[in-house]
Amino acid sequence: MIEVRNLSRYYGDHRAVDDVSFSIEDSQVIGFLGLNGAGKSTTLKVLAGLLSPSAGTVTIDGVDMEGHDVSFRRRIGYLPETPPLYDEMTVTEFLNFTGSLRGMGSADLKRRIPEVVTQCQLGGQEGRVISELSHGYRKRVGIAQAIIHSPKLIILDEPISGLDPIQIVDMRKVIRGLAEGATVLVSSHNLPEIEQTCDRVLVLKDGALVADDAPGALAARLNTGLSIELTLTGTGEAVTAALAGVEELERTEILRDHGDRVVVRIDMVRDVRETVVQTIVGAGLGLRRLEDAKDELEEIFIDLNQGDAA
Amino acid sequence: MKPVLLLARRELATFLNTWWGWAILAMVLLIDGLLFNAFAMGSSPRFSADVLEDFFYFSSGTTMIAGVLLTMRLLAEERQAGTIVLLQTAPISEGQVVLGKFLGAMGFLFIITLLTIYMPILIQVNGKVSWGQIGAGYLGLLCLGGSAVAIGTFGSAVSKNQLLAAVIGGTVLVLMLLGWLLARITEPPISEVLSYSALFDRHFQPFMRGRINSESLILYGSVIFGFLLLSTRVLQARRLQ
Repeated sequence: MIEVRNLSRYYGDHRAVDDVSFSIEDSQVIGFLGLNGAGKSTTLKVLAGLLSPSAGTVTIDGVDMEGHDVSFRRRIGYLPETPPLYDEMTVTEFLNFTGSLRGMGSADLKRRIPEVVTQCQLGGQEGRVISELSHGYRKRVGIAQAIIHSPKLIILDEPISGLDPIQIVDMRKVIRGLAEGATVLVSSHNLPEIEQTCDRVLVLKDGALVADDAPGALAARLNTGLSIELTLTGTGEAVTAALAGVEELERTEILRDHGDRVVVRIDMVRDVRETVVQTIVGAGLGLRRLEDAKDELEEIFIDLNQGDAA
Repeated sequence: MKPVLLLARRELATFLNTWWGWAILAMVLLIDGLLFNAFAMGSSPRFSADVLEDFFYFSSGTTMIAGVLLTMRLLAEERQAGTIVLLQTAPISEGQVVLGKFLGAMGFLFIITLLTIYMPILIQVNGKVSWGQIGAGYLGLLCLGGSAVAIGTFGSAVSKNQLLAAVIGGTVLVLMLLGWLLARITEPPISEVLSYSALFDRHFQPFMRGRINSESLILYGSVIFGFLLLSTRVLQARRLQ
Protein backbone atom coordinates (compact mmCIF):
# COMPACT_ATOMS: atom_id res chain seq x y z
CA MET A 1 0.00 0.00 0.00
CA ILE A 2 1.48 3.27 -1.12
CA GLU A 3 0.04 6.52 0.03
CA VAL A 4 0.93 9.93 -1.34
CA ARG A 5 -0.59 12.89 0.45
CA ASN A 6 -0.51 16.53 -0.69
CA LEU A 7 2.74 16.09 -2.54
CA SER A 8 4.25 19.24 -4.02
CA ARG A 9 7.61 19.80 -5.61
CA TYR A 10 9.15 23.07 -6.67
CA TYR A 11 12.23 23.73 -8.82
CA GLY A 12 13.08 27.19 -7.62
CA ASP A 13 9.87 29.12 -8.19
CA HIS A 14 8.53 26.68 -10.72
CA ARG A 15 5.92 24.32 -9.34
CA ALA A 16 6.43 20.98 -11.07
CA VAL A 17 4.06 18.96 -8.88
CA ASP A 18 1.10 20.61 -7.23
CA ASP A 19 -0.64 19.09 -4.21
CA VAL A 20 -1.01 15.57 -5.60
CA SER A 21 -2.66 12.87 -3.46
CA PHE A 22 -3.38 9.26 -4.30
CA SER A 23 -3.05 5.81 -2.82
CA ILE A 24 -2.25 2.55 -4.50
CA GLU A 25 -3.11 -1.00 -3.47
CA ASP A 26 -0.55 -3.78 -3.84
CA SER A 27 -0.07 -5.76 -7.05
CA GLN A 28 -1.44 -3.15 -9.40
CA VAL A 29 -0.01 -1.56 -12.50
CA ILE A 30 -0.60 2.17 -12.38
CA GLY A 31 -0.12 4.42 -15.36
CA PHE A 32 1.02 8.00 -15.12
CA LEU A 33 -0.22 9.88 -18.10
CA GLY A 34 0.64 13.41 -19.05
CA LEU A 35 2.24 15.62 -21.64
CA ASN A 36 5.89 16.49 -21.41
CA GLY A 37 6.38 18.77 -18.43
CA ALA A 38 3.18 17.64 -16.73
CA GLY A 39 5.12 16.50 -13.67
CA LYS A 40 5.19 12.74 -14.28
CA SER A 41 8.93 12.30 -14.02
CA THR A 42 9.22 14.61 -11.04
CA THR A 43 6.52 12.69 -9.17
CA LEU A 44 8.26 9.42 -9.95
CA LYS A 45 11.62 10.82 -8.88
CA VAL A 46 10.17 11.87 -5.55
CA LEU A 47 8.69 8.40 -5.08
CA ALA A 48 12.04 6.86 -5.99
CA GLY A 49 13.75 8.98 -3.34
CA LEU A 50 15.85 10.89 -5.87
CA LEU A 51 14.26 14.21 -4.99
CA SER A 52 12.94 15.36 -1.64
CA PRO A 53 9.36 16.60 -1.73
CA SER A 54 8.86 20.33 -1.09
CA ALA A 55 5.68 19.48 0.81
CA GLY A 56 3.55 16.43 1.53
CA THR A 57 4.25 12.87 2.56
CA VAL A 58 4.87 9.53 0.93
CA THR A 59 4.33 6.34 2.91
CA ILE A 60 4.82 2.71 1.95
CA ASP A 61 3.00 0.25 4.21
CA GLY A 62 2.63 3.00 6.77
CA VAL A 63 6.33 3.88 6.87
CA ASP A 64 6.97 7.54 6.13
CA MET A 65 9.66 8.26 3.58
CA GLU A 66 10.91 11.27 5.50
CA GLY A 67 13.64 10.25 7.86
CA HIS A 68 13.77 6.67 6.55
CA ASP A 69 15.62 7.55 3.39
CA VAL A 70 18.11 4.72 3.30
CA SER A 71 15.95 1.80 4.43
CA PHE A 72 13.09 3.14 2.34
CA ARG A 73 15.11 2.77 -0.84
CA ARG A 74 15.42 -0.96 -0.26
CA ARG A 75 11.71 -1.23 -1.07
CA ILE A 76 11.91 0.68 -4.31
CA GLY A 77 13.20 -0.16 -7.78
CA TYR A 78 13.56 2.66 -10.27
CA LEU A 79 14.21 2.84 -13.98
CA PRO A 80 14.65 6.37 -15.35
CA GLU A 81 13.87 7.14 -18.97
CA THR A 82 17.49 6.54 -19.96
CA PRO A 83 18.50 3.25 -18.35
CA PRO A 84 21.41 3.79 -15.94
CA LEU A 85 23.90 1.18 -17.12
CA TYR A 86 27.62 0.68 -16.77
CA ASP A 87 28.46 0.02 -20.41
CA GLU A 88 31.69 -1.78 -19.74
CA MET A 89 30.09 -4.50 -17.60
CA THR A 90 28.40 -7.67 -18.78
CA VAL A 91 24.74 -8.12 -17.92
CA THR A 92 25.56 -10.58 -15.14
CA GLU A 93 28.32 -8.39 -13.71
CA PHE A 94 25.99 -5.42 -13.73
CA LEU A 95 23.18 -7.26 -11.98
CA ASN A 96 25.65 -8.60 -9.45
CA PHE A 97 26.89 -5.10 -8.77
CA THR A 98 23.49 -3.45 -8.46
CA GLY A 99 22.19 -6.34 -6.33
CA SER A 100 25.15 -6.11 -3.94
CA LEU A 101 24.74 -2.35 -3.80
CA ARG A 102 21.24 -2.95 -2.47
CA GLY A 103 22.48 -5.27 0.21
CA MET A 104 22.00 -8.68 -1.41
CA GLY A 105 24.35 -11.49 -0.47
CA SER A 106 26.08 -13.65 -3.07
CA ALA A 107 23.80 -16.65 -2.40
CA ASP A 108 20.75 -14.44 -2.88
CA LEU A 109 22.16 -13.09 -6.12
CA LYS A 110 22.97 -16.53 -7.46
CA ARG A 111 19.34 -17.52 -7.00
CA ARG A 112 17.82 -14.22 -8.06
CA ILE A 113 19.76 -13.34 -11.22
CA PRO A 114 18.43 -16.27 -13.33
CA GLU A 115 14.89 -15.39 -12.16
CA VAL A 116 15.28 -11.78 -13.19
CA VAL A 117 16.88 -12.75 -16.50
CA THR A 118 13.86 -14.92 -17.30
CA GLN A 119 11.38 -12.33 -16.09
CA CYS A 120 12.92 -9.60 -18.22
CA GLN A 121 13.40 -11.92 -21.21
CA LEU A 122 17.15 -11.48 -21.18
CA GLY A 123 17.95 -15.15 -21.77
CA GLY A 124 21.15 -15.64 -23.77
CA GLN A 125 22.35 -12.08 -23.15
CA GLU A 126 23.82 -12.64 -19.69
CA GLY A 127 27.43 -12.75 -20.83
CA ARG A 128 27.23 -9.87 -23.27
CA VAL A 129 28.82 -6.52 -22.58
CA ILE A 130 26.10 -3.91 -22.07
CA SER A 131 27.54 -1.45 -24.61
CA GLU A 132 26.86 -4.04 -27.33
CA LEU A 133 23.17 -4.48 -26.49
CA SER A 134 20.32 -3.08 -28.59
CA HIS A 135 18.04 -0.37 -27.24
CA GLY A 136 15.32 -2.89 -26.34
CA TYR A 137 17.70 -5.09 -24.38
CA ARG A 138 19.18 -2.08 -22.62
CA LYS A 139 15.71 -1.14 -21.39
CA ARG A 140 15.23 -4.68 -20.13
CA VAL A 141 18.56 -4.66 -18.32
CA GLY A 142 17.35 -1.38 -16.82
CA ILE A 143 14.22 -3.12 -15.56
CA ALA A 144 16.27 -6.07 -14.34
CA GLN A 145 18.39 -3.79 -12.14
CA ALA A 146 15.22 -2.15 -10.83
CA ILE A 147 13.73 -5.46 -9.68
CA ILE A 148 16.82 -7.45 -8.71
CA HIS A 149 16.27 -6.76 -4.99
CA SER A 150 12.55 -7.72 -5.16
CA PRO A 151 11.22 -4.24 -4.34
CA LYS A 152 7.63 -3.60 -3.27
CA LEU A 153 7.35 -0.60 -5.53
CA ILE A 154 8.69 -0.64 -9.08
CA ILE A 155 8.88 2.71 -10.85
CA LEU A 156 9.40 2.75 -14.60
CA ASP A 157 9.73 6.11 -16.32
CA GLU A 158 8.76 5.78 -19.98
CA PRO A 159 9.76 2.12 -20.27
CA ILE A 160 8.44 1.85 -23.81
CA SER A 161 9.82 5.02 -25.32
CA GLY A 162 12.05 4.34 -28.28
CA LEU A 163 11.12 0.67 -28.66
CA ASP A 164 9.98 -0.89 -31.93
CA PRO A 165 6.53 -2.55 -32.16
CA ILE A 166 7.80 -6.07 -31.46
CA GLN A 167 9.82 -4.89 -28.49
CA ILE A 168 6.74 -3.02 -27.23
CA VAL A 169 4.69 -6.23 -27.21
CA ASP A 170 7.45 -8.00 -25.26
CA MET A 171 7.85 -5.10 -22.88
CA ARG A 172 4.12 -5.09 -22.20
CA LYS A 173 4.34 -8.73 -21.10
CA VAL A 174 7.35 -7.96 -18.94
CA ILE A 175 5.57 -5.07 -17.23
CA ARG A 176 2.39 -7.10 -16.59
CA GLY A 177 4.55 -9.87 -15.15
CA LEU A 178 6.13 -7.46 -12.67
CA ALA A 179 2.81 -6.79 -10.94
CA GLU A 180 2.88 -10.23 -9.36
CA GLY A 181 3.99 -9.35 -5.86
CA ALA A 182 4.78 -5.70 -6.44
CA THR A 183 3.14 -2.43 -7.33
CA VAL A 184 4.27 -1.02 -10.64
CA LEU A 185 4.16 2.63 -11.63
CA VAL A 186 4.60 3.31 -15.32
CA SER A 187 4.73 6.72 -16.90
CA SER A 188 4.04 7.27 -20.54
CA HIS A 189 2.64 9.61 -23.09
CA ASN A 190 1.86 6.61 -25.28
CA LEU A 191 -1.85 6.34 -24.59
CA PRO A 192 -2.86 2.96 -26.02
CA GLU A 193 0.07 1.51 -24.13
CA ILE A 194 -1.20 2.75 -20.78
CA GLU A 195 -4.65 1.46 -21.59
CA GLN A 196 -3.33 -2.01 -22.32
CA THR A 197 -0.94 -2.46 -19.45
CA CYS A 198 -2.46 -0.53 -16.57
CA ASP A 199 -5.20 -1.26 -14.05
CA ARG A 200 -5.54 2.38 -13.25
CA VAL A 201 -4.52 5.65 -14.82
CA LEU A 202 -3.50 8.86 -13.10
CA VAL A 203 -3.56 11.83 -15.42
CA LEU A 204 -1.34 14.79 -14.60
CA LYS A 205 -1.67 18.24 -16.05
CA ASP A 206 0.60 21.13 -15.09
CA GLY A 207 1.69 19.20 -12.03
CA ALA A 208 -1.82 18.56 -10.74
CA LEU A 209 -3.77 15.32 -10.74
CA VAL A 210 -6.77 15.82 -13.04
CA ALA A 211 -8.06 12.25 -13.29
CA ASP A 212 -7.59 8.98 -11.42
CA ASP A 213 -9.54 5.97 -12.61
CA ALA A 214 -9.48 2.65 -14.45
CA PRO A 215 -8.89 3.24 -18.18
CA GLY A 216 -12.43 2.00 -18.98
CA ALA A 217 -14.10 3.95 -16.19
CA LEU A 218 -12.26 7.04 -17.18
CA ALA A 219 -13.70 6.70 -20.63
CA ALA A 220 -17.22 6.11 -19.28
CA ARG A 221 -17.01 9.07 -16.95
CA LEU A 222 -16.16 11.34 -19.80
CA ASN A 223 -18.82 9.83 -22.08
CA THR A 224 -16.31 9.13 -24.74
CA GLY A 225 -16.80 5.38 -24.36
CA LEU A 226 -19.78 5.90 -26.58
CA SER A 227 -17.84 5.90 -29.78
CA ILE A 228 -17.80 2.78 -31.94
CA GLU A 229 -16.21 1.85 -35.18
CA LEU A 230 -17.98 -0.48 -37.65
CA THR A 231 -16.96 -2.17 -40.86
CA LEU A 232 -20.00 -2.69 -43.07
CA THR A 233 -20.59 -4.13 -46.50
CA GLY A 234 -22.56 -1.67 -48.61
CA THR A 235 -22.05 1.74 -50.10
CA GLY A 236 -21.38 4.89 -48.14
CA GLU A 237 -24.70 6.46 -49.19
CA ALA A 238 -26.70 3.42 -48.10
CA VAL A 239 -25.01 3.41 -44.71
CA THR A 240 -25.60 7.11 -44.13
CA ALA A 241 -29.20 6.80 -45.19
CA ALA A 242 -29.88 3.81 -42.93
CA LEU A 243 -28.28 5.41 -39.86
CA ALA A 244 -30.06 8.71 -40.39
CA GLY A 245 -33.16 7.03 -38.97
CA VAL A 246 -31.55 6.20 -35.63
CA GLU A 247 -32.09 8.74 -32.91
CA GLU A 248 -29.52 9.34 -30.21
CA LEU A 249 -26.59 9.38 -32.58
CA GLU A 250 -24.47 12.41 -32.06
CA ARG A 251 -22.39 12.07 -35.17
CA THR A 252 -21.78 9.60 -37.97
CA GLU A 253 -18.57 9.74 -39.92
CA ILE A 254 -17.41 7.60 -42.83
CA LEU A 255 -13.75 6.98 -42.08
CA ARG A 256 -12.93 4.91 -45.16
CA ASP A 257 -15.08 4.12 -48.20
CA HIS A 258 -13.84 1.17 -50.26
CA GLY A 259 -16.85 1.21 -52.57
CA ASP A 260 -18.53 -1.99 -51.40
CA ARG A 261 -17.10 -1.83 -47.91
CA VAL A 262 -17.24 1.09 -45.50
CA VAL A 263 -15.57 1.86 -42.18
CA VAL A 264 -17.78 4.16 -40.16
CA ARG A 265 -17.38 5.82 -36.80
CA ILE A 266 -20.44 6.56 -34.71
CA ASP A 267 -20.58 8.80 -31.64
CA MET A 268 -23.66 8.00 -29.54
CA VAL A 269 -25.46 10.10 -26.98
CA ARG A 270 -26.04 6.92 -24.95
CA ASP A 271 -25.20 3.30 -25.59
CA VAL A 272 -27.60 2.21 -28.39
CA ARG A 273 -25.40 -0.38 -30.07
CA GLU A 274 -28.25 -2.89 -30.36
CA THR A 275 -30.47 -0.40 -32.19
CA VAL A 276 -27.59 0.54 -34.50
CA VAL A 277 -26.93 -3.11 -35.32
CA GLN A 278 -30.62 -3.91 -35.87
CA THR A 279 -31.00 -0.90 -38.17
CA ILE A 280 -27.97 -1.90 -40.21
CA VAL A 281 -29.05 -5.51 -40.56
CA GLY A 282 -32.63 -4.40 -41.26
CA ALA A 283 -31.39 -2.20 -44.11
CA GLY A 284 -29.72 -5.22 -45.70
CA LEU A 285 -26.18 -4.07 -44.98
CA GLY A 286 -23.67 -6.66 -43.80
CA LEU A 287 -21.96 -6.10 -40.43
CA ARG A 288 -18.37 -7.28 -40.53
CA ARG A 289 -16.91 -5.72 -37.42
CA LEU A 290 -17.93 -3.60 -34.43
CA GLU A 291 -15.52 -2.33 -31.78
CA ASP A 292 -14.85 0.57 -29.45
CA ALA A 293 -13.26 3.45 -31.28
CA LYS A 294 -9.49 3.21 -30.87
CA ASP A 295 -8.60 6.72 -29.86
CA GLU A 296 -10.76 6.92 -26.74
CA LEU A 297 -7.98 7.50 -24.29
CA GLU A 298 -6.30 9.88 -26.61
CA GLU A 299 -9.41 11.99 -26.69
CA ILE A 300 -9.81 11.88 -22.94
CA PHE A 301 -6.26 12.90 -22.68
CA ILE A 302 -6.67 15.85 -24.96
CA ASP A 303 -9.93 16.80 -23.25
CA LEU A 304 -8.31 16.70 -19.84
CA ASN A 305 -5.40 18.70 -21.02
CA GLN A 306 -7.67 21.34 -22.47
CA GLY A 307 -9.37 21.53 -19.11
CA ASP A 308 -12.77 20.44 -20.48
CA ALA A 309 -13.17 17.61 -18.04
CA ALA A 310 -12.18 16.95 -14.41
CA MET B 1 31.26 -0.49 5.27
CA LYS B 2 30.35 -3.24 2.79
CA PRO B 3 28.86 -0.93 0.16
CA VAL B 4 31.83 1.41 0.57
CA LEU B 5 34.24 -1.40 -0.27
CA LEU B 6 32.01 -2.52 -3.13
CA LEU B 7 32.16 0.95 -4.66
CA ALA B 8 35.89 1.26 -4.01
CA ARG B 9 36.50 -2.09 -5.67
CA ARG B 10 34.46 -1.14 -8.71
CA GLU B 11 36.30 2.16 -8.99
CA LEU B 12 39.66 0.45 -8.76
CA ALA B 13 38.58 -2.11 -11.37
CA THR B 14 37.52 0.73 -13.67
CA PHE B 15 40.98 2.29 -13.43
CA LEU B 16 42.59 -1.05 -14.19
CA ASN B 17 40.22 -1.82 -17.08
CA THR B 18 40.35 1.48 -18.92
CA TRP B 19 43.16 3.22 -20.75
CA TRP B 20 42.61 6.29 -18.56
CA GLY B 21 44.04 4.65 -15.47
CA TRP B 22 47.01 3.22 -17.32
CA ALA B 23 47.69 6.53 -19.10
CA ILE B 24 47.94 8.35 -15.77
CA LEU B 25 50.08 5.59 -14.32
CA ALA B 26 52.43 5.75 -17.32
CA MET B 27 52.58 9.53 -17.16
CA VAL B 28 53.56 9.57 -13.50
CA LEU B 29 56.20 6.89 -13.89
CA LEU B 30 57.67 8.49 -17.01
CA ILE B 31 57.88 11.99 -15.59
CA ASP B 32 59.16 10.79 -12.21
CA GLY B 33 61.79 8.68 -13.96
CA LEU B 34 62.90 11.53 -16.20
CA LEU B 35 63.12 14.04 -13.38
CA PHE B 36 64.92 11.51 -11.20
CA ASN B 37 67.51 10.95 -13.86
CA ALA B 38 67.95 14.56 -14.89
CA PHE B 39 67.77 16.42 -11.59
CA ALA B 40 67.90 14.19 -8.54
CA MET B 41 70.86 12.18 -9.79
CA GLY B 42 72.45 15.24 -11.42
CA SER B 43 75.85 15.26 -13.02
CA SER B 44 77.96 16.06 -9.98
CA PRO B 45 78.39 13.89 -6.85
CA ARG B 46 75.64 14.43 -4.25
CA PHE B 47 74.60 13.11 -0.85
CA SER B 48 72.14 10.24 -1.04
CA ALA B 49 69.77 11.99 1.38
CA ASP B 50 69.63 15.06 -0.90
CA VAL B 51 68.90 12.90 -3.93
CA LEU B 52 66.05 11.24 -2.05
CA GLU B 53 64.75 14.61 -0.88
CA ASP B 54 64.67 15.84 -4.47
CA PHE B 55 62.90 12.65 -5.53
CA PHE B 56 60.11 13.28 -3.04
CA TYR B 57 60.02 16.95 -4.04
CA PHE B 58 59.11 16.34 -7.67
CA SER B 59 57.10 13.19 -6.91
CA SER B 60 54.81 15.38 -4.84
CA GLY B 61 53.94 17.34 -7.99
CA THR B 62 53.18 14.31 -10.15
CA THR B 63 51.24 12.68 -7.33
CA MET B 64 49.02 15.73 -6.92
CA ILE B 65 48.42 15.99 -10.67
CA ALA B 66 47.59 12.29 -10.76
CA GLY B 67 45.22 12.79 -7.82
CA VAL B 68 43.23 15.44 -9.69
CA LEU B 69 43.24 13.53 -12.99
CA LEU B 70 42.13 10.28 -11.36
CA THR B 71 39.24 11.91 -9.57
CA MET B 72 37.82 14.18 -12.27
CA ARG B 73 35.55 11.41 -13.58
CA LEU B 74 34.56 9.86 -10.23
CA LEU B 75 31.18 11.54 -9.79
CA ALA B 76 31.01 13.79 -12.86
CA GLU B 77 30.98 10.80 -15.21
CA GLU B 78 28.22 9.09 -13.24
CA ARG B 79 26.12 12.21 -13.45
CA GLN B 80 26.82 12.73 -17.13
CA ALA B 81 25.91 9.13 -17.96
CA GLY B 82 22.94 9.16 -15.58
CA THR B 83 24.29 6.16 -13.69
CA ILE B 84 24.47 8.18 -10.48
CA VAL B 85 20.79 7.26 -10.17
CA LEU B 86 21.89 3.74 -9.27
CA LEU B 87 23.84 5.08 -6.32
CA GLN B 88 21.19 7.59 -5.31
CA THR B 89 18.38 5.04 -5.26
CA ALA B 90 20.44 2.36 -3.51
CA PRO B 91 20.03 2.01 0.25
CA ILE B 92 23.37 3.68 0.95
CA SER B 93 24.15 7.17 2.16
CA GLU B 94 25.86 9.91 0.17
CA GLY B 95 28.74 9.72 2.62
CA GLN B 96 29.26 6.06 1.74
CA VAL B 97 29.21 6.89 -1.98
CA VAL B 98 31.83 9.61 -1.56
CA LEU B 99 34.00 7.47 0.70
CA GLY B 100 33.83 4.51 -1.67
CA LYS B 101 34.83 6.66 -4.63
CA PHE B 102 37.63 8.27 -2.64
CA LEU B 103 39.03 4.94 -1.50
CA GLY B 104 38.89 3.52 -5.04
CA ALA B 105 40.91 6.44 -6.42
CA MET B 106 43.23 6.31 -3.41
CA GLY B 107 43.81 2.62 -4.06
CA PHE B 108 44.94 3.30 -7.58
CA LEU B 109 47.09 6.25 -6.51
CA PHE B 110 48.65 3.94 -3.94
CA ILE B 111 49.53 1.45 -6.69
CA ILE B 112 51.07 4.21 -8.82
CA THR B 113 53.07 5.53 -5.87
CA LEU B 114 54.23 2.05 -4.94
CA LEU B 115 55.59 1.54 -8.45
CA THR B 116 57.99 4.48 -8.02
CA ILE B 117 59.76 2.65 -5.19
CA TYR B 118 62.50 1.43 -7.52
CA MET B 119 64.02 4.91 -7.46
CA PRO B 120 64.56 5.14 -3.67
CA ILE B 121 65.79 1.55 -3.81
CA LEU B 122 68.35 2.53 -6.45
CA ILE B 123 69.55 5.27 -4.11
CA GLN B 124 69.72 2.80 -1.24
CA VAL B 125 71.66 0.28 -3.29
CA ASN B 126 74.16 2.77 -4.68
CA GLY B 127 74.41 5.00 -1.65
CA LYS B 128 73.11 5.20 1.86
CA VAL B 129 69.79 6.58 3.05
CA SER B 130 67.70 5.64 6.06
CA TRP B 131 64.57 3.56 5.51
CA GLY B 132 62.94 6.03 7.86
CA GLN B 133 63.42 8.85 5.35
CA ILE B 134 61.98 6.66 2.58
CA GLY B 135 59.01 5.68 4.74
CA ALA B 136 58.34 9.24 5.88
CA GLY B 137 58.61 10.53 2.33
CA TYR B 138 56.10 8.03 1.06
CA LEU B 139 53.75 8.74 3.96
CA GLY B 140 53.99 12.40 2.97
CA LEU B 141 53.25 11.56 -0.67
CA LEU B 142 50.16 9.61 0.34
CA CYS B 143 48.99 12.43 2.62
CA LEU B 144 49.47 15.03 -0.09
CA GLY B 145 48.03 12.70 -2.74
CA GLY B 146 45.08 11.94 -0.48
CA SER B 147 44.40 15.66 -0.12
CA ALA B 148 44.55 16.08 -3.90
CA VAL B 149 42.18 13.11 -4.36
CA ALA B 150 39.73 14.53 -1.79
CA ILE B 151 39.84 17.96 -3.43
CA GLY B 152 39.44 16.36 -6.85
CA THR B 153 36.47 14.32 -5.60
CA PHE B 154 34.90 17.58 -4.49
CA GLY B 155 35.47 19.11 -7.95
CA SER B 156 33.87 16.04 -9.48
CA ALA B 157 30.88 16.29 -7.14
CA VAL B 158 30.30 19.92 -8.06
CA SER B 159 30.49 19.66 -11.83
CA LYS B 160 28.81 17.39 -14.32
CA ASN B 161 31.51 18.13 -16.86
CA GLN B 162 34.69 16.16 -16.26
CA LEU B 163 36.99 18.81 -17.64
CA LEU B 164 35.40 21.47 -15.47
CA ALA B 165 35.67 19.08 -12.52
CA ALA B 166 39.42 18.85 -13.10
CA VAL B 167 39.69 22.63 -13.45
CA ILE B 168 37.80 23.18 -10.20
CA GLY B 169 39.80 20.51 -8.38
CA GLY B 170 43.08 21.83 -9.78
CA THR B 171 42.29 25.43 -8.91
CA VAL B 172 41.30 24.65 -5.33
CA LEU B 173 44.42 22.53 -4.97
CA VAL B 174 46.71 25.25 -6.32
CA LEU B 175 45.08 27.82 -4.05
CA MET B 176 45.74 25.58 -1.09
CA LEU B 177 49.33 25.11 -2.17
CA LEU B 178 49.97 28.80 -2.59
CA GLY B 179 48.58 29.77 0.78
CA TRP B 180 52.07 30.53 2.05
CA LEU B 181 52.55 33.19 -0.63
CA LEU B 182 49.41 34.94 0.51
CA ALA B 183 50.56 34.55 4.10
CA ARG B 184 53.54 36.78 3.33
CA ILE B 185 51.43 39.72 2.34
CA THR B 186 48.72 39.42 4.98
CA GLU B 187 48.65 40.26 8.65
CA PRO B 188 48.16 37.83 11.53
CA PRO B 189 45.92 36.09 12.35
CA ILE B 190 44.94 35.56 8.67
CA SER B 191 48.56 35.01 7.68
CA GLU B 192 48.88 32.38 10.43
CA VAL B 193 45.88 30.48 9.14
CA LEU B 194 47.09 30.71 5.54
CA SER B 195 50.57 29.55 6.32
CA TYR B 196 49.32 26.67 8.47
CA SER B 197 46.84 25.48 5.91
CA ALA B 198 49.23 25.63 2.93
CA LEU B 199 49.47 22.04 1.80
CA PHE B 200 53.06 21.91 0.68
CA ASP B 201 55.37 24.48 2.19
CA ARG B 202 55.39 23.90 5.93
CA HIS B 203 53.88 20.43 5.97
CA PHE B 204 55.31 18.40 3.14
CA GLN B 205 58.94 19.51 3.28
CA PRO B 206 59.64 17.84 6.65
CA PHE B 207 58.38 14.53 5.19
CA MET B 208 60.93 14.83 2.37
CA ARG B 209 63.71 15.02 4.94
CA GLY B 210 62.35 12.11 6.93
CA ARG B 211 60.52 13.99 9.65
CA ILE B 212 56.91 13.26 10.53
CA ASN B 213 55.09 16.09 12.29
CA SER B 214 51.80 15.25 13.94
CA GLU B 215 50.52 18.75 13.15
CA SER B 216 50.99 17.98 9.46
CA LEU B 217 49.22 14.64 9.74
CA ILE B 218 46.33 16.45 11.41
CA LEU B 219 46.25 19.07 8.65
CA TYR B 220 46.16 16.49 5.86
CA GLY B 221 43.58 14.44 7.73
CA SER B 222 41.41 17.53 8.17
CA VAL B 223 41.72 18.56 4.52
CA ILE B 224 40.73 15.06 3.37
CA PHE B 225 37.85 14.84 5.83
CA GLY B 226 36.71 18.37 5.07
CA PHE B 227 36.57 17.95 1.30
CA LEU B 228 34.89 14.55 1.51
CA LEU B 229 32.31 16.09 3.82
CA LEU B 230 31.78 18.95 1.36
CA SER B 231 31.35 16.45 -1.49
CA THR B 232 28.79 14.56 0.57
CA ARG B 233 26.88 17.77 1.24
CA VAL B 234 26.89 18.59 -2.46
CA LEU B 235 25.34 15.20 -3.26
CA GLN B 236 22.79 15.56 -0.47
CA ALA B 237 21.84 19.05 -1.61
CA ARG B 238 21.06 17.70 -5.06
CA ARG B 239 17.99 15.91 -3.72
CA LEU B 240 16.66 19.29 -2.62
CA GLN B 241 17.67 21.39 -5.62
